[in-house]
Amino acid sequence: MHKIIAKASLSPQIIRLDVAAVRIARIRQPGQFVIVHRGGDAERIPLTIADADAEAGTITLVIQVAGQSTCELAALNPGEAIANIAGPLGHPTELIAAGRALCIGGGVGVAVVHPIAQGLKRRGVTVSSIIGGRTREAIIFEPELRRLGEVIVCTDDGSYGRRGFVTDAARDALAAGGIDIVYAVGPVPMMRAVANLTRPLGVRTIVSLNPIMVDGTGMCGGCRVSVGGQTRFACVDGPEFDGHAVDFEQLMDRLTTYRDFEQRALAACQEGDCKLGRR
Amino acid sequence: MPAQAPEVRRANFAEVNLGLPERIALLEAERCLLCKDPKCVAGCPVGINIPRFIQLLTEGKLPEAAHCLLNDNPLPAVTGRVCPQETQCELECIRGYKGLPVAIGHLERFLGDWARGHAQRPALEAAPPTGKQVGIVGAGPGGLTAAGELARLGHQVTVFEALHKPGGVLVYGIPEFRLPKQIVREEVARLERAGVKILCNTVIGRTYTLAELRARFDAVFIANGAGLPVFMNIPGENLKGVYSANEYLTRANLMGARRSARAGTPILTGRRVATIGGGNVALDAVRTAKRLGAESATIVYRRTRKEMPARAEEVLHAEEEGIQFEFLAAPVAIQGDARNWVTGLQCVRMELGEPDASGRARPRAIPGSEFLVPCEVVIVAIGTRANPLLAGTCPELKLDSRGGIAVDEQGMTNLPGVFAGGDIVRGAATVILAMGDGKRAARAIHEYLRRPVSPARAPAERITP
Ligand SMILES: Cc1cc2nc3c(=O)[nH]c(=O)nc-3n(C[C@H](O)[C@H](O)[C@H](O)COP(=O)(O)OP(=O)(O)OC[C@H]3O[C@@H](n4cnc5c(N)ncnc54)[C@H](O)[C@@H]3O)c2cc1C
Ligand SMILES: Cc1cc2nc3c(=O)[nH]c(=O)nc-3n(C[C@H](O)[C@H](O)[C@H](O)COP(=O)(O)OP(=O)(O)OC[C@H]3O[C@@H](n4cnc5c(N)ncnc54)[C@H](O)[C@@H]3O)c2cc1C
Ligand code: SF4
Ligand code: SF4
Ligand code: FES
Repeated sequence: MHKIIAKASLSPQIIRLDVAAVRIARIRQPGQFVIVHRGGDAERIPLTIADADAEAGTITLVIQVAGQSTCELAALNPGEAIANIAGPLGHPTELIAAGRALCIGGGVGVAVVHPIAQGLKRRGVTVSSIIGGRTREAIIFEPELRRLGEVIVCTDDGSYGRRGFVTDAARDALAAGGIDIVYAVGPVPMMRAVANLTRPLGVRTIVSLNPIMVDGTGMCGGCRVSVGGQTRFACVDGPEFDGHAVDFEQLMDRLTTYRDFEQRALAACQEGDCKLGRR
Repeated sequence: MPAQAPEVRRANFAEVNLGLPERIALLEAERCLLCKDPKCVAGCPVGINIPRFIQLLTEGKLPEAAHCLLNDNPLPAVTGRVCPQETQCELECIRGYKGLPVAIGHLERFLGDWARGHAQRPALEAAPPTGKQVGIVGAGPGGLTAAGELARLGHQVTVFEALHKPGGVLVYGIPEFRLPKQIVREEVARLERAGVKILCNTVIGRTYTLAELRARFDAVFIANGAGLPVFMNIPGENLKGVYSANEYLTRANLMGARRSARAGTPILTGRRVATIGGGNVALDAVRTAKRLGAESATIVYRRTRKEMPARAEEVLHAEEEGIQFEFLAAPVAIQGDARNWVTGLQCVRMELGEPDASGRARPRAIPGSEFLVPCEVVIVAIGTRANPLLAGTCPELKLDSRGGIAVDEQGMTNLPGVFAGGDIVRGAATVILAMGDGKRAARAIHEYLRRPVSPARAPAERITP
C-alpha cells in the first residue's frame, strides 16, 4: 500500500500526487516510470516519476485526467492509498555530460521533462526549456524549471507567454544554434513535429513514448513501437528513443485502439458512476 | 471426468472439469495394479510415488494418501489439472498397453482438492530455523515450489514478484476455466503461513539488482519464466486487433477484462477471432475468445491435429466448444482496413514433409494456395523467449545460446550461490518441470548453505517493498 502524502491541483485537468514509495524514491533516475494499479478491478497504467524526495520516501506523480483510470487516481485524497506501484521501470534518460540541452514539454509532458532537466543541470549541462499548453491554466512546472535555466512558455491561445505551439519557439531556438541535444516529451503530434524540425539540422532528439502498457516488464508486447523499422518494447527498451527513428504514425494509431471503451468509461466516471469520482 | 456441458461452459469462465466424486475416484484407484516396477513413476518428470498414494487411496486412507502425494508434489491440485499426463505418467502406465491407463491426473486432482477442503490437511514437518536467508525471483510454480521446500528446510525465504499478484503463468496465463485461481491463492496463503515473505511489485533488475540480492541473501533462486512474446515478423502485426497471447490472456485473466462492469482494463473482443499456434497457450487464448463472445474462434496451425503440442483433453474440449481448426495453414500476412483495424489473416496451405529434429513432420508451403481467414482479432501464440530484463542488468550471469540462464546439474548458475530453474532455463516448458526445478534447486541450495564457510556478505540495506 502506498499512501498519498500530498495532493495539489496543477491545472483544471492535471493533478499532482506525492505518494509514499521509499525504495523507488531513493533509486529512481530521470526518464523512469512506475506502473500504478489502484487495486481491485483497476487498470495498470504507466506514469512517469516527475520528482522524488529520497529523504521523505515519496515520489511525485503528475496525472492528466485522460480517462477512467486517471480520473479515479485523481479522486484519491491524502491519507488514502494506491495498492500497487511497481518500478522504477524503463531505461534512465541518456543524459549528455556537458554542453547545451533544449528540453521541450507539452501538456503533462512538462512533468516528464522536469526530472530530465534536473538530471542535466546536476551534470553541469546548460538547460533551457520550452513548455506549452492550451491556455495559461494548463502550464505546469514553470517555477521548477525556471530554477534550472531559461524557460520559454507558449500557449495555444496566447493567454500567457508566447502565442502558438512549442514547435514555433523551438524553431527559433534551434535557428540560434549551439544546441547539442533536444529532449521532447508531450503529445505524439508534438514530438513528431519536434523530430521533424531537428532531423534536417542533425540535432540529436530524444522522445519519451507513451504506448499503452499492461505489465511494464516486457511480458506482453502490448507496448510495441516501431523504431528504425524494428519492433521494440517501450517498457523495457524505452520509454525514450531516438526521435528521428520512431514511427509516430503507428504509435498514434495504436493509441486509438480502445477509444470507444475509453470514452464510455470516462463518461461514466465523470457522471460519478465511478465509485471515487464524486468525492 | 464429469464436465460442464459444452454449450453451457462456452459462455462462462467456471471450470470445465467438475472433478471425480469420491466413489468414482476409489473405483479408478482400484484399477491400479500397484506395480513393483511402476513404469508410471518413470514417466513423471519428478518421479512422484504414484502406486504408493494410489494404494493408500484404495485403502480409503485419504489423509495418508494426500500426505504421501503432497510430500512429492506441493501442488497436486494444479498438476492434476494441467500436466500433459498422456505424454508422461499415463503414457507409461502398464494398464494403458491394453485399454485405458489409470487416470493418474484425475486421481491427483481428486486428492489435491480433498486436501484443500480438509483442515486436517497434514502439515509437512518443518525443520528448525537455520538462520539462512534465501531470495527467490518470480512467484510462478518454480519459485513457489522452491519457496515451500526451502521454508520446510528451515530457511527464511523472500519471494520477489514483478506483477501485483503471485502465481506467474498460473494466474496471468492459464484461464480460470482450466485452473481456478482460488487454488493458487490458497497455496500462496499456505506458504505465507509457513513464514515465506512474498513481495509483489518488485522487479528484479529494476527495483533491486541481482547484485543487491546476492549481497543481501545467502543464496538466490531465479525462476522468472519465459515471458517474452515472439511475433512472426509478417506484415500487419502492428495493426489494431493483433495481440500476443500473453497480452490477450493477461488482460482477460490477471486484469479481469470484461469480467465485471467495473473492470478497468479493456480487451477487443471481435466477432471473429483467429489464434495462431497449436499449444496450450493458443488453445487457452482461443477458448477465452469464445467465452468473451466471439461468434467464430479459429485455431490456425501449420501441422495437423496429431502434431498439436497441447494437452489432448484441451483439444477435445475445444472441439466440443465449437472452436474451429484450420490445420496445415501458416499465416503470411495480417490484413487491415483503411483505419488499420484487422480484417483478416492471410494464410498459405501447408503439407507435411520429412520429420524435423523434434521428430514431427516438417510443414512445407504449397505454392499458390493462399487463402483468407476473415477476422477482427488475431492472437499470436507461437511461443515465448527468455525475458532479457533481469539478465540485461547482470552481465556477469552466464546465458545459453537462446538467452536463457545457463545452469549446471545442480541448477546453479556461473555465479556461486545463484541458482535458476523453470522456463528461464528450459525455454517454454511445463508447470511440473518448473516445480521439479524448484525442488531440485531447494535441495541444492540447502546443501550449498550447509558448507562450513558461507561467503562473506556485505552489510546491505533492508529490503522492503
Ligand atoms: C512510460 C509512460 C509514462 C507516462 N507518464 C505519464 C504521466 O506522467 N502523466 C500522465 O498523465 N500520463 C502519463 N502517461 C500516459 C498515461 O499512462 C495514460 O494517460 C493513462 O494510462 C490513461 O488511462 P485512462 O484510463 O485515464 O485513460 P484512457 O481512457 O484509457 O485513455 C486516454 C488516453 O490515454 C491512452 N492510454 C490508455 N491506456 C494507456 C496505458 N495503459 N498506457 C499509456 N497510455 C494509455 C489512450 O490511448 C488515450 O489516448 C504515460 C505513459 C507511458 C507509456
Ligand atoms: C497460456 C499458457 C498455458 C499453459 N498451459 C500449460 C499446461 O496446461 N500445462 C503445463 O504443464 N504448462 C503449461 N504452460 C507452461 C507453464 O505455465 C510454464 O512452463 C510454467 O509456468 C513455468 O513456470 P516458471 O516458474 O518457470 O515461470 P512463470 O510461471 O512464468 O513465472 C515467472 C514469474 O516471475 C515473474 N518475473 C519475471 N521477471 C521478473 C523479475 N525481473 N523480477 C521479479 N519477478 C519477475 C513473472 O511475473 C512471473 O510471475 C502454459 C503456459 C501458458 C503461457
Ligand atoms: S505430476 Fe504430472 S506427470 Fe507427475 S504424476 Fe502427477 S500428473 Fe503425472
Ligand atoms: S503403471 Fe499404472 S498400474 Fe502400474 S503402478 Fe503405475 S498407475 Fe498403477
Ligand atoms: S507493457 Fe507489456 S511488454 Fe511492455
